[in-house]
Amino acid sequence: MTTLRTELLAQPGLTLPKRRVSFGTVATIVAASLAYLSAFPLLDISPDRFWRGLSQLGTIARLMLPPETGGHLALYLDALVQTLSIALLGTLLASIVALPLGFLAARNVVANRVVHLLTRRSMDAFRSIDALIWALIWVNVVGLGPFAGLLAIATSDVCALAKLMSEAVEAADRRPVEATRAVGGSRLLELRFGLLPQILPIFASQLLYFFESNTRSATIIGIVGAGGIGLHLYEQIRVLEWQQASFLILLVLVTVALIDAISQRLRAGLIGRSR
Amino acid sequence: MLPAAREGEMLPAAREGAMLIATPGTAQLDPLRRAYAEAGAARRRVVVLGAAVLLVGVALAWVGAEVDPAKFWRGLPNAGSYVGRLAHLDTGAYVWTDPKYWFWGLRRWSIELGQTLLIAYVGTASGLAIGIAGSVLASANLVRSAAVRFAVRRVLEFMRTVPDIVFALVFVVAFGLGPLPGVLAITLHTGGTLGKLFTEVVESIDLKPLEGVAATGGSWLSQIRFGVLPQVLSNFASYALLRLEYNVRGAAVIGFVGAGGIGQDLLVAIRKFYYSDVSAMLLMLMLCVMVIDIVSEKLRHRLLALDS
Repeated sequence: MTTLRTELLAQPGLTLPKRRVSFGTVATIVAASLAYLSAFPLLDISPDRFWRGLSQLGTIARLMLPPETGGHLALYLDALVQTLSIALLGTLLASIVALPLGFLAARNVVANRVVHLLTRRSMDAFRSIDALIWALIWVNVVGLGPFAGLLAIATSDVCALAKLMSEAVEAADRRPVEATRAVGGSRLLELRFGLLPQILPIFASQLLYFFESNTRSATIIGIVGAGGIGLHLYEQIRVLEWQQASFLILLVLVTVALIDAISQRLRAGLIGRSR
Repeated sequence: MLPAAREGEMLPAAREGAMLIATPGTAQLDPLRRAYAEAGAARRRVVVLGAAVLLVGVALAWVGAEVDPAKFWRGLPNAGSYVGRLAHLDTGAYVWTDPKYWFWGLRRWSIELGQTLLIAYVGTASGLAIGIAGSVLASANLVRSAAVRFAVRRVLEFMRTVPDIVFALVFVVAFGLGPLPGVLAITLHTGGTLGKLFTEVVESIDLKPLEGVAATGGSWLSQIRFGVLPQVLSNFASYALLRLEYNVRGAAVIGFVGAGGIGQDLLVAIRKFYYSDVSAMLLMLMLCVMVIDIVSEKLRHRLLALDS
């Protein structure tokens, strides 16, 4: 391949400035590529296994067509409704807890450095636990079923949502708050008329975004028995009923795409109004 | 409401003789007031409508998710004691009294956690390659053929929308148990997500450098290399780092379906109520993600500083 540089260098009488690449950049790139290449033997990945699996995958893809309900359409649609319910209630529950938490974690509301650092760090820590792990734990606590899934979605979201909220509060304009204080407003009124009108559109759009992503999470949470369509998907794949599995995957795809499209519209409207 | 001022009244500044300001008369104010009231009413209508839709949704979901407050209240003390049990060894002592016993599987878990990290890393890196290729092919300002753009966009959409664990479920059947299906699942999902994000970045670049390269007779690839890449590189790297963080979390649970990493052991420990094992593994996982979080945040800040 001839690049522009080699083409230009071929021109007689033309000199180009030398390119300088820092040692750090080279070292990073070399280390990253070495780690990448050495990962394959460590993870027991060989080209042979890959190609064999790929041909298997081809067979599976053929077996998936055409998608079929297997006479369980009502059951699957019911599970889909359950999935959406889990996502909606989980998001709402998370938001109810996260809004006050977000205010507490914001530096300009609670000015104590220690409190700020502690809340932020513990939020980061709990954020690292996936909804699926929470689901397993809640299944142990409240038993199998969608209720465990709802609680799992809520717990996994609270910290992420609270962190985002606290960032929004910190980024908020100080002037409306000061104006409220200047006309004699109490601390609570400052929050209500100074901060809340700035925060709410952001909060609402974040909620919609979380609802979107929670719909995705809620579709898989059934894998560990926490309700929703995931349980059926898991079972159909386990018993190698590929046609029904592909129908369920399609159902999930269409639902998620639909929710995405609706929520994107709404979010655009919300953000547009706040500006 | 607008301030109610009498017609012809002078403001204090005017009385002092600085300048003469007369407030507008009612004939001018009334349409303004009416428009203000109407705008307020329209906003209230939207809010009420939104609240009504939300309430109906919640009512339906309440039934759909089999919500039972009684069950929750019964479960609540259980949740509290669960946390307590996580803090106890099976000997009955607190976990921190005997760290060696608590982390009895440190070696095994470290290896599995390392595997989880590798799965996330390889998956993210491979997904990054797919994302870059996909975004270049899906961008309206780089590829003329609408058919190519449409096809690439749909493929990326599919990869993004199917959750990685569903990919893993299918791949475990095709490729067998182990990290390979996990890596592939994360690769595909990451490729789809990054592809979409990158497309937005590429479509918002400045086209002039590109035209400059084209004007000197550079090929399409040279245009991408010298016209596009310098503009998007730091943005791409920053998104990829964010994705790596997310994928470490994802790789930790992909073992639930047999696709390698610490997930398998975690699943068994939670299912079989090995409380101290659960807390030990979760602690290691949290620490690991936190370190990556902090390092990648530093790196991302440096990358963004390069831009400005």
